[in-house]
Amino acid sequence: MNKKHGKQSIVFASPPQVAAAATIVGPMEGEGLLAAYYDKILEDNSGDQDSWEKCESYMIEWAMSTAVKKSGLTLEDVDYILAGDLLNQLMATHFAIRSLGRPFLGLYGACSTMAESLIVGAILLDGGFGGHVLAGVSSHHDAAERQYRFPTELGVQRPPVTQWTVTGAGAVLLKAMAGNDPRVTTATIGKVVDVGLKDPNAMGPAMAPAAAETLWQHIQDTGRQPAYYDLIVTGDLGVVGKTLLIQVMQEKGLDISANYQDCGCMIYREEQDSHAGASGCASSAVVLCSHLIPQMKAGKLNKLLFIGTGSLHSTTSYQQKESIPCIAHAVSLEM
Amino acid sequence: MPQAGGAGDDRYFNKWYEAQYNQVKPKPPLVKNMLWAFVVGGLICVIGQVFANYFVDMGLSKKEAGVPTTIVMVFLGAFFTGLGVYDELGRRAGAGSVVPITGFANSVVAPAMEFKREGFVFGVAAKMFVIAGPVIVYGVTTAVLVGLIYWIRH
Amino acid sequence: MQGYLMAFIIGGLICVVGQLIMDLTPLTPAHVLVLFVVLGALLSGMGLYQPLVDLGGAGATVPLPGFGHNLVTGTIEDIDKYGFTGIFTGPLRAAAAGVTAAVVFGLIMAALFNPRG
Repeated sequence: MNKKHGKQSIVFASPPQVAAAATIVGPMEGEGLLAAYYDKILEDNSGDQDSWEKCESYMIEWAMSTAVKKSGLTLEDVDYILAGDLLNQLMATHFAIRSLGRPFLGLYGACSTMAESLIVGAILLDGGFGGHVLAGVSSHHDAAERQYRFPTELGVQRPPVTQWTVTGAGAVLLKAMAGNDPRVTTATIGKVVDVGLKDPNAMGPAMAPAAAETLWQHIQDTGRQPAYYDLIVTGDLGVVGKTLLIQVMQEKGLDISANYQDCGCMIYREEQDSHAGASGCASSAVVLCSHLIPQMKAGKLNKLLFIGTGSLHSTTSYQQKESIPCIAHAVSLEM
Repeated sequence: MPQAGGAGDDRYFNKWYEAQYNQVKPKPPLVKNMLWAFVVGGLICVIGQVFANYFVDMGLSKKEAGVPTTIVMVFLGAFFTGLGVYDELGRRAGAGSVVPITGFANSVVAPAMEFKREGFVFGVAAKMFVIAGPVIVYGVTTAVLVGLIYWIRH
Repeated sequence: MQGYLMAFIIGGLICVVGQLIMDLTPLTPAHVLVLFVVLGALLSGMGLYQPLVDLGGAGATVPLPGFGHNLVTGTIEDIDKYGFTGIFTGPLRAAAAGVTAAVVFGLIMAALFNPRG
């Protein structure tokens, strides 16, 4: 039976389910809009570790262990771990996975990695290659700043279009067995889209066209209109990127403004001065794991389209004046 | 209907999109930023003037007083960077805290601190000049060019 | 008092120019630092920066163009004293105090403090 639908989409034959999800965040996120929903909030941005990178490793390991614990399983039951982060050579992920001792595939999709790992995990489970997959991502504001921008103590002013990288990690435990949990029903795998924007401060605006194309293709391939979903969320387009996505979809003749949100706009309060919202792998992950999945389990949300968005530039590419290639993957969760 | 182009094959869409982006792109609060830069930059210079006057009172000439003033200002910039205060100031003051010599000190100390975990040779010492290096390179080169012209003319 | 007021105004205005460059062009703070040292050196070479120093005192010497001005005046002093070789000894001699202070205090602060993020 062919599970591929249309040009870029998958409809799962026996949809894998979300057994459990866990989140951990930094102190700034812990004062934000979703403060009440996180499993753990660090007291400071180092998490008692002696580098930002170690703190990030600690967070992803904590999120993964907690997701397993919440599901009532043990690590031994996990057939594959799929994870990634923003640091060079997936440093945070690799050092965290080292101690978990499970088969592991590292993924890099920049900030789209949560969606990417859910899709690959669901493919493994639907394909019958295992019973449980642990998918997770992390990001750390200060670790990302020192790698992508400036040292954290440098006195620079951030342009208003910039977004604030989320310090946090989220993990989802997917299971193949049927139960009464949110099911991963369809997925649309995105293409790399580059509209030529070059400003590394403006990642949301660079990613919005990728999100638009993936959403458009999802609609073509599955025949589901935007109104089919109770909620469509993108990962980290931020305030500016969100506006632009609505405009691009409008230009394509679709009005998504009624049921569309962006995770990057759901994390920080206005007065926290994040500028254009949140970004980073953890932006979509902490919103999905702390807020959206629990809402589905509580029956308050039935049909969710989760679109992870990633900008795939590097420090080398922007110093060489290249534009920003972007990607977006969509995955639908339904009760 | 515009389509996002994978290989930049749809120039029409890209152009339209850039125009949309420029319309919704948030502008920096220019007046507020200028005011902050003016006040903070001005105050840092006043602190410099206080030390310069002090050294003149100690018996140095106006020109000689420049050297110890520079040393004190660099120390202050370095110290407040160490305390973790200078970046908070810079977030608001922008050029007001970047342009004075204290900002130069900040640009030396911030990477040195940040890369301490990479060791004192390839971390602290090598990264120290990430921003200060170019400043010295182009400052010295310009001075050499100006000096060359001066030497030819005299 | 007059001296402090002039230092405030001249220093503040130089920083406002830097702010306008940062806000209206894609240049980063690092670019602005480089640009200002070069501009200060060029203006000094044309004899235009010394009047600003006479007017604003520390308001003109503390901002980075003052550092460029310092490099050039030191170079010219050395050329007057030693001739051609002064072109090569002057710039770093003039920059010695600022650069040495930055290196030494930088090392000390990095040893003493950790970044807070």
